[in-house]
Amino acid sequence: MIRQEFHRIDPKRRANLNYKKQQFATPSFKQQDYPHRLNFYDIPPTAEITLEQFEQWAIDRLKILAEIEACSYRNKTPDETKTHITPLLQKFLPLSSNTSSRTGAVDPRLKERQKDHYSHFILRLAFSATEDLRRRFARAETMLFRFRFQEVDSRERRAFIEGLSLDWESVSEEERQELADNLVTATPGLRRAAEESWYKVDWEKVPELIERRSVFLSKGKAYVPEREQLSMIIAEFTTRLERALELTSRALPRLDEDDRLSPILNHLSKNFGSAESVYSEGEGFVDGAPITASSIDHLSQHFPLCMRSLHTTLRKNNHLKHYGRLQYTLFLKGIGLSLEECILFWRQSFKGFTDDEFNSRYKYNIRHSYGDVGGDVNRRGRGYPPYSCQKILNDSNPGVGQTHGCPYRHYSAENLIGLLQSTGVHDKDVLRGVREDVEKTRYHIACNRVFEWAHKAEIKRAKEDGSASAIDLDTIVHPNTYFKRSYLLKQAGKSQRNP
Amino acid sequence: MPHSVASEGSSTSHKDDEVLPDAPSATANPGISVPHGEDTPEKETAGVKLEDLFNDEDDDDHEFPASSAPTEVEMGTTDAMKPLPIQVDTDTMLAFYQRLFPFRYLFQWLNHGIVPSPDFGNREFALTLQNDAYLRYQSYPTADLFRKDILRMNPSRFEIGPVYNRNPRDRKTLGSGQLKPLSKELVFDIDLTDYDDIRSCCEKANICGKCWVFVTMAIKVVDAALRQDFGFQHILWVYSGRRGAHAWVCDPRARNLPDDRRRAIAGYLDLVRGGTQSGKRVNLKRPLHPHMNRSLEILKPHFVQTTLIDQDTFVGPEQAQRLLSLLPDKDLNEALRRKWDSAPGRSSTSKWDDINALAKTRKSSTLNTSTLRDAKQDIILEYTYPRLDSEVSKKMIHLLKSPFVIHPGTGRVCVPIDVRNVEQFDPLSVPNVSQLLSEIDTWDAEHPSGATTETTECEGSVPNDSDARGSRRLQDYEKTSLKPYIDYFRSFIAGLLKEERTGKRERSDETREVKTESMEF
Repeated sequence: MIRQEFHRIDPKRRANLNYKKQQFATPSFKQQDYPHRLNFYDIPPTAEITLEQFEQWAIDRLKILAEIEACSYRNKTPDETKTHITPLLQKFLPLSSNTSSRTGAVDPRLKERQKDHYSHFILRLAFSATEDLRRRFARAETMLFRFRFQEVDSRERRAFIEGLSLDWESVSEEERQELADNLVTATPGLRRAAEESWYKVDWEKVPELIERRSVFLSKGKAYVPEREQLSMIIAEFTTRLERALELTSRALPRLDEDDRLSPILNHLSKNFGSAESVYSEGEGFVDGAPITASSIDHLSQHFPLCMRSLHTTLRKNNHLKHYGRLQYTLFLKGIGLSLEECILFWRQSFKGFTDDEFNSRYKYNIRHSYGDVGGDVNRRGRGYPPYSCQKILNDSNPGVGQTHGCPYRHYSAENLIGLLQSTGVHDKDVLRGVREDVEKTRYHIACNRVFEWAHKAEIKRAKEDGSASAIDLDTIVHPNTYFKRSYLLKQAGKSQRNP
Repeated sequence: MPHSVASEGSSTSHKDDEVLPDAPSATANPGISVPHGEDTPEKETAGVKLEDLFNDEDDDDHEFPASSAPTEVEMGTTDAMKPLPIQVDTDTMLAFYQRLFPFRYLFQWLNHGIVPSPDFGNREFALTLQNDAYLRYQSYPTADLFRKDILRMNPSRFEIGPVYNRNPRDRKTLGSGQLKPLSKELVFDIDLTDYDDIRSCCEKANICGKCWVFVTMAIKVVDAALRQDFGFQHILWVYSGRRGAHAWVCDPRARNLPDDRRRAIAGYLDLVRGGTQSGKRVNLKRPLHPHMNRSLEILKPHFVQTTLIDQDTFVGPEQAQRLLSLLPDKDLNEALRRKWDSAPGRSSTSKWDDINALAKTRKSSTLNTSTLRDAKQDIILEYTYPRLDSEVSKKMIHLLKSPFVIHPGTGRVCVPIDVRNVEQFDPLSVPNVSQLLSEIDTWDAEHPSGATTETTECEGSVPNDSDARGSRRLQDYEKTSLKPYIDYFRSFIAGLLKEERTGKRERSDETREVKTESMEF
């Protein structure tokens, strides 16, 4: 007879382990005392909180992150974002500085910081599942951190940084004098090298500064002035967070059997919404519009400037470069041009190529954009979604000979005005407005301004007869929305004129 | 594997005429090559395909990773523009791989050591086969297997991708997202087509000595920045075979950079932004960043020689108009325009001098000297600063054509460029494949003693083999004008390996030696 001993412990370890006690012992973790207002979120929280708190705190933080993300999509300047976010932060996720006066028996600051800390880790759990969520979460959190970091006064900031123990080598006095000229010329807005204290770090730590060419670089070391700390801290924060998220995602499957937290977490991650992909499939389709390869020329009057300029270039050169083709193809897909018609359209547009040349070089890309070929993911997702303004604005600048991108952003002011005039925008006020918008880097406002001007009669009529609600009059942030709205407005105008 | 079927078919046909490598003279112009019987139709189709391939080549330097579109083609390659295509036929290609291609050194370069390691084993290769099929995710455990497979497939060219965490051949057995790139050399790509708006001598795929200078300048500027600013030491520059150059930065620190750091470097080096419609494309803040200062010093003499004299860029009214639009002062522009209109055909040098001369006479006007100087500096940079295809540098998974392969369009070998003598490098005198093969024959004819054994063995590209047997026999490449390039490549690898080795422990050195011996038998 075999007696099974389930609780048997390896005899070697038995001596120092009392399993009965071990099982029910309350774990003793070090309570965190949150000495700083800022937090790098290195240590996970360990104390108990209620499920309600768990959910509420997470939702509060989520609101903030969603707002921050929305601000960045709307291309708001840091100042605008700040005015927008500050009241929300006060409401949902207050964090007072060390200097603020304490009131009441329990230090409220401790509570606030605890909430900040816990909510961050809860959302980490919720957003570590997929690559896409992780990236968005890291981005939003980084923006939040940057925002808070700038709010803190310098003394607190210094204390916080010292607590981080980063390996920054400070530049000696002799070295500084030796390099003084280079330091000054490399660092914008600085007159004398002696004004600042300098740190020497591996250049990989400050990619932002390198990319903007605003730091002196020698033998792989970047010479960073103290005030550029922000960039380094942020980079550090992001790398640590990304690494941690990666780890969290691997631990996530263990939560699978938990039926209290998983639903909440799932719910949370869904609520983060997909502000990025504002475009849902079929959204740009216009019912009843005859969209075929041959009607594109006619329809192009409804296209936003970016697509219109691509169209003109295509007609002029009988060719477009890769990114131009991609941007335009996806847009055409978005307005409802079928794959067959799209191939036909490009075939006809690329005069001077034989069928073989066309098929071997271009056809695949078009089919790829429609998800007709390519990897499993691509086909299941029916290719890429049409580019949003956000994507067009932020993606790489067009290089020599390339024509993709957003004219408002990537053209010089003179060429932009010229292009607008060639499309029939002659109104001086509008052009002046566009110029100002572009100077303030509010490209989408400029584009909407042109839209409103070009459709002012129709918009007015639509508002009068109350059909304005049917055609949403929000700011346009997607080229396909531009087309759809333009087309519908003009159609409505036409049908009214000849009933 | 549908591709392998196709390639097997072609490779067997090569085996049938394996003797052909001995007769390379016929391969120089395949149009005239004697058609024997049944081969003719096949040859013709092969010819057409190669021509296609050659068109495609216009863009060989912009390979896109699988995530984006596969290949990109430059605009409007109309037939008139094309230089006469030199087709490299499959036999010549095969002979080149058999006798000249330095597989062993390529292996050592990518493997960072002698003992086969994951650095080589998990490295992606992408082959473009003769029938234009594109095979990605190939990988090879050792140099010999690599060589064997290349000989079997006889690709028209192949590209090198990143080292993955797992063997890329196994990607189908791994879940999605399991195969991740770990490292790749930091690469840069310079292509003369990006200079089309400022070079007057040639267009599209054509190059000449005059416009190659643009690449020389670019190499100097980028090389200086990578070495002095970023502290990289092992930078291999490679001629891309037609009208560009690639840089492979092989320092361990560079190989392991994640994509965002690569983007940072690309941004640091990138200056001429904006498309055709962007107006003034260089707008630098003052004072100039040390990197810009240094670049400007390097480029100034080139601007005078190349832009003003050789290219005579501003001679035409259109370009002169563009020059004027880059100058800050309206009054001055007006005066200059009047002067230049009255003397059509005035040379660029004179025009450039006019700017200063006229500016001096109109001191009273709104113009101050420093803004004019700054504008002139911006112009110099816009017309000479390297135009990198930065997309190539930003992504680790980007594939780039391997050194020493043959450019199918020109037949030239993609040889390394010794950056110390970059001025002397002449792309038009780079050895081309048929020339190399005939050089072997010439050498063999002059030294009949060793020739007979070698030609039958076809082991030319495997070094060490002969050394081990004690009888030092020349390898095929040593008989040709490819020798200095391979020697340079070897010295480059030696430097790289030396650094790699210092990082490793003494013990692994010993095991390595034991293993290399065991590999010899």
